[in-house]
Amino acid sequence: MEGFGVNFAFWTLSAVTLGAAGGVVVSRNLLHAVLFLILAFIGVAGFFVLLSAEFIAMAQVIIYVGAISVLVLFAVLLTPRAGRDNGETAMALPALLLAIAVATVFIFVVNDTNWTTVAKSPELATAELGTALLSTWVLPFELASVLLTAALVGAIMLVRSREEEAEDALA
Amino acid sequence: MALPTLVTEHWYDLRDLSNLSREILEGADKILPHGIVYVLAALIGFVASFLIFVLPSQLIVGVYGERKLIGRMQSRYGPNRVGPFGLLQPIADAIKLMQKEALTPKGADRAVMYLAPIIFVAPAVLLFAVIPFGPKMILADINPALLYFLAVSSLPVLAAFMAGWSANNKYSLFGAMRIVAMSISYEVPLVLALLGVVLFTGTTSLQEMVLWQKHFDIWIVFLQPLALAIYFIAVSAELNRTPTDIAEAESEIVAGYLTEYSGMKWGLFYGMDIGYALAASAFAATVFLGGWSMFGLDKWVPPWMIIIGKTHLFYFVFIWTRGTLPRLRIDQLMAFAWKFMLPVALLNLVLVATERMLWVEQELDDSYLYIFAVVNIWAALGAIWAWSRFLGYRPERNPVRARLVNEAGGYVPVPEAAKGGK
Repeated sequence: MEGFGVNFAFWTLSAVTLGAAGGVVVSRNLLHAVLFLILAFIGVAGFFVLLSAEFIAMAQVIIYVGAISVLVLFAVLLTPRAGRDNGETAMALPALLLAIAVATVFIFVVNDTNWTTVAKSPELATAELGTALLSTWVLPFELASVLLTAALVGAIMLVRSREEEAEDALA
Repeated sequence: MALPTLVTEHWYDLRDLSNLSREILEGADKILPHGIVYVLAALIGFVASFLIFVLPSQLIVGVYGERKLIGRMQSRYGPNRVGPFGLLQPIADAIKLMQKEALTPKGADRAVMYLAPIIFVAPAVLLFAVIPFGPKMILADINPALLYFLAVSSLPVLAAFMAGWSANNKYSLFGAMRIVAMSISYEVPLVLALLGVVLFTGTTSLQEMVLWQKHFDIWIVFLQPLALAIYFIAVSAELNRTPTDIAEAESEIVAGYLTEYSGMKWGLFYGMDIGYALAASAFAATVFLGGWSMFGLDKWVPPWMIIIGKTHLFYFVFIWTRGTLPRLRIDQLMAFAWKFMLPVALLNLVLVATERMLWVEQELDDSYLYIFAVVNIWAALGAIWAWSRFLGYRPERNPVRARLVNEAGGYVPVPEAAKGGK
């Protein structure tokens, strides 16, 4: 990472991402929090672009901004009393403890890892990524899809109403 | 792949406008201090794209042509008062919109409502960065250009959601929820249809896709007509074009997420709707219709003219469907996405994967592409016919004249009063 442009982009993205992440925690309105979360996701995608991992940046935007945030928005909208003041919730203290625990683990890992740098950033082609996913890392890849299918089936089971089940039993 | 083209490197070769801009920028870099040239490049790009693309496409074809064509399709004249043939109508509209007051309702979320049109505009401009207008006329020739297009085109949905939610109006909120539900549903068949194209060409770069089509002298639309049909329907649902514009259906929910917007804030939404439709058309022209290549004609005609022409051809189909088809209900659209388009798209993907496997593994020569094209066109028609039959749509059973319920095999209990009892 050299040059004024890259440094400027890095610090701007850092400010945007951290500011948005702070906004998620601080904002009282749940929908504002979700919008801040989307901004943080876009900032992270910007970091991937800076690391010349364009494919991962695009995947980050498609999956996190395009799909997951929209689902979160839906969930918030369908929740009764979502717009009320969420300042005083009983979960504040456990959440803080959990956040501290996760941050500790991350700081420990970052300090402990041997960050070898290469002179030239490798060109990560999409085709190579696909080949690696379906050869070396095929087991975690397939496990992830099994997990997603299980989540899908579970979600359908959770939202089925009694009436529908009675109808199915009759049919 | 090499670039088999007559385009030279001279600045006066207007068949590729990047030559001219490169000459200007290299000349300016010698005179001006370091770094200023980037600002100059942005300015030149802005002015040139405005003159070549935005002015003719967005204003004249997008606003004027659309209104005029829809007018003719609906047996009326369309705009014909301002300027010759009403050509200055878009400019008059813009002046009117700028003078209007942009109201904000009292209970609205002011910051979000203010930000929504701005967030809506930015991705429409960004989308054109990856569209190749010629062998070298491409702003960002990145490898995952197709993914970039999908990623950026998912952002306006968020802006529309913000617009609908912040207005603190029930109709706006309905519009916002509808657009989000639609985009989630139609994203799936859209991506599956494009996955077939990626599978066959073996690249996600739009420039390489154009070169692939140029190399084999066949457009992907012939190889995958089903993918184009799915792409067209899905994208028109995501863009809120009229047969599927249930997010702003004025006969149901006033104007959906635009209900509380007025003045230039509304104008930004309206103008950028056209911008997104043009971007989607340019993308379809690049992926399915061969982009800037035209069976060798691109040696003589400027490639950027060819792709702009193809873009407008595609945009005409958008206008056509808008002018002729009635609006669907939300349950019909949802059922169509999940029950019809998704299985058909999966079928298309399996077929394409098989053909690609045969083509690569058996090392068949290029003439087999034409056989694949014929097979795929018939498979597309067959899949649409068979799956719609399976779902229960049988056109030949629809009566040509009105029938009594008894005649059609039904039974209607005769009301007591009609029997003359009591």
